[in-house]
Amino acid sequence: MGFFDRLKEGLAKTKAALVDKVTSIMTVFRKIDEELFEELEEALIQGDVGVETSMKLVESLRKEVRARGLKNGEELLPVMKELVADMLGSEVEPLMMAPSGPTVILVVGVNGVGKTTTIGKLAHHLKEDRGLSVMLAAADTFRAAAIDQLMVWGERAGVPVVAQGEGADPAAVAFDGVKAAREQGYDVLLIDTAGRLHNKVNLMEELRKIKRVIQKEVPEAPHETLLVLDATTGQNAVQQTKLFKEVAGVTAIALTKLDGTAKGGVVVAVCDQESVPVKYIGVGERIDDLQPFDPTAFVDALFATGKV
Amino acid sequence: MAMFESLSEKLTNAFARLRGKGKLTESDVSDAMREIRMALLEADVNFKVVKEFVAKVKERAIGQEVMETLNPGQMVVKIVYEELTALMGGENAKLEIAERPPTIIMLCGLQGAGKTTHAAKLALKLKKEGKKPLMVAADIYRPAAIKQLEVMGQKVDVPVFSMGDKVSPVEIVRGGFTYAAENHRDVILVDTAGRLHIDEELMGELQQIKSVLNPHEILLVVDAMTGQDAVTVAEHFNEKLGITGVILTKLDGDTRGGAALSVRQVTGQPIKFVGVGEKVEALEPFHPDRMAQRILNMGDVLTLIEKAQEQIDQKQAEEMARKMMKAEFDFEDFLEQMRAMKRMGPLQDLLKMIPGLGAQMKDINIDEKEMAHIEAMILSMTPKERRHPDIINVRRRERIAKGAGRPIAEVHRLMKQFEQSKKMIKQLGVMDKMMKKKGKGKGFPKLPGLGGGFPGPFGKR
Ligand SMILES: Nc1nc2c(ncn2[C@@H]2O[C@H](COP(=O)(O)OP(=O)(O)O)[C@@H](O)[C@H]2O)c(=O)[nH]1
Ligand SMILES: [Mg+2]
Repeated sequence: MGFFDRLKEGLAKTKAALVDKVTSIMTVFRKIDEELFEELEEALIQGDVGVETSMKLVESLRKEVRARGLKNGEELLPVMKELVADMLGSEVEPLMMAPSGPTVILVVGVNGVGKTTTIGKLAHHLKEDRGLSVMLAAADTFRAAAIDQLMVWGERAGVPVVAQGEGADPAAVAFDGVKAAREQGYDVLLIDTAGRLHNKVNLMEELRKIKRVIQKEVPEAPHETLLVLDATTGQNAVQQTKLFKEVAGVTAIALTKLDGTAKGGVVVAVCDQESVPVKYIGVGERIDDLQPFDPTAFVDALFATGKV
Repeated sequence: MAMFESLSEKLTNAFARLRGKGKLTESDVSDAMREIRMALLEADVNFKVVKEFVAKVKERAIGQEVMETLNPGQMVVKIVYEELTALMGGENAKLEIAERPPTIIMLCGLQGAGKTTHAAKLALKLKKEGKKPLMVAADIYRPAAIKQLEVMGQKVDVPVFSMGDKVSPVEIVRGGFTYAAENHRDVILVDTAGRLHIDEELMGELQQIKSVLNPHEILLVVDAMTGQDAVTVAEHFNEKLGITGVILTKLDGDTRGGAALSVRQVTGQPIKFVGVGEKVEALEPFHPDRMAQRILNMGDVLTLIEKAQEQIDQKQAEEMARKMMKAEFDFEDFLEQMRAMKRMGPLQDLLKMIPGLGAQMKDINIDEKEMAHIEAMILSMTPKERRHPDIINVRRRERIAKGAGRPIAEVHRLMKQFEQSKKMIKQLGVMDKMMKKKGKGKGFPKLPGLGGGFPGPFGKR
């Protein structure tokens, strides 16, 4: 099942909940007027795109309307969608892979966004869909039972997990993982880290250390630093991206929990202001609930009317 | 970044060009409302909630209050702040404790909101209050969720009841209830699995748990970083379960936390606690006034209110000054002042607002507890005693001490301090009169009982 089907399935579940959300954008038989622009701006804001980025988008829309000499309301939404998709980067970029040796992917984010779950799903995806051999490293040594949780996902995906005990040095676990993956010839190593709020300096320093230590083993590592964002999150996601990027050099985003009613529109602002591409989305808690990011489908869902 | 320019700055600018107009028209106010709308949206307050809120503020703003003041921008900020605080409900709502134990508390919410951690934090808090809590592990879905609760249970030294992940949550809570009865646990905290509000099946499961347990509290755990969707989530959980309160988590982050307003608005239920860290002790009561400041991103909001306050209080202060000069000042006035201060928020911040005191009061350390004691003593006086402190003899003092639950020595001290400050106030009053005669100085807006002379709860650090 493709992403859009899954989204449709999700949307169908929401029934009335979503219907009143954006249905108001009836563009057929309408003139392009101030009211219509306003409604589009509202739809963006309600999807968590944020005031600043929404206003910027509507401004671009006005320009396009003038440049293209548009008159009919129904011509407006497709242009708007184009503009948003452009902002998201219309090309879906695949994961960066190491030319040789293991590709190391460091997974970071604030508490409870879905890092561990995403790792489980991603392991499954890389193994089943791309035929890669995958190993996991349990560097969340802080949260109670986090290691057990990752172990369960390792079992589900059928991939080994490198771990020490709770309270162990996360950098040491990450190092063990990189070393084991290299020595045993694994294609990909996924490193799970503890959730941390981006404004906690000490915890962010710990991430820096993890990076430093794994680079002793593989100098180009991590090849990707994947920031997991929760679609339910509002404008704070921009700040999260900014700080995780500063400290850990985030290269890609996974947007989770798109199976709920949240639109995750904040990634539009994130792409606009922090220029980090979204590569995956999470649409559920099952192992196959991970999809490569598709900007067009995402934008369709952003403006979805519940009747999809 | 321009985006983070504070609301007060924006409002002040918006109103700057209106200065000297004397009267605000509806369209003048609309400009200000636009700024307020943006500020709230940037803080993640839900779009519809913002609409309603702004309409309300606008109504108040075009009214009398604003036009009378010299600086409408400051006045509008004050109104926004007050309305926000009011909207988020009364000062920290408490947990409902059953008259006949066990008290049953159920935690629910989306995935990753922080339910398990907060079950443990609540358990610890209740334990410290002398309760004997039991945590029940009803999350059979997320891998290692039960183990997580068990580890947390050990950390806070509170037992955890579980039946593994092969038994239905409804069975588990039944078992937990029996276990609590047999083991004399007087609070049951149920940790449920995170779920989407639109997941009919899992929401049905929560309804079943509710009908089995009949909980005293159904707390919705909400991540403070939640965006526009907070409204939908809260609406659904409330509709299906009838929540009794909210725990707002992860407030130790740097989110503005507009979700607090959204959730409160759509459920009508109070935010009872906030989570402020990963440690099990990191649980605090919710303070609407602090949350309002945070949402508005206004470090300087208090300064502005101070200025607005200066204007409002002028009349009141003059009346007070008149009384003082006649030495009419009594405990009623004193109480009134104290209460006014309490309503306005944390004392430390408030002191800076006291007209005429401002900066010089900065290093003064206030013991809020002692303030509460003073209030209790004044409240134990009869109205007659409050108006005529002279009649308070030793026998009356004894009664007051008993009524307030304070040692008699404290009542003696209060009386003495009151007499001293009254004397001092009188002197000041005379001075003020002289100053006025010379045509210097402003009115007499110093807050009685707080100026230099009144020792009481204010000591230097
Ligand atoms: N509905 C839904 N839940 C998710 C998704 N991804 C993760 N979760 C859930 O979110 C919760 C937190 O996930 P976890 O992986 O433990 O987060 P971490 O703390 O970042 O590692 C768990 O209950 C997951 O099952 C998703 O895409 N959709
Ligand atoms: Mg985790």
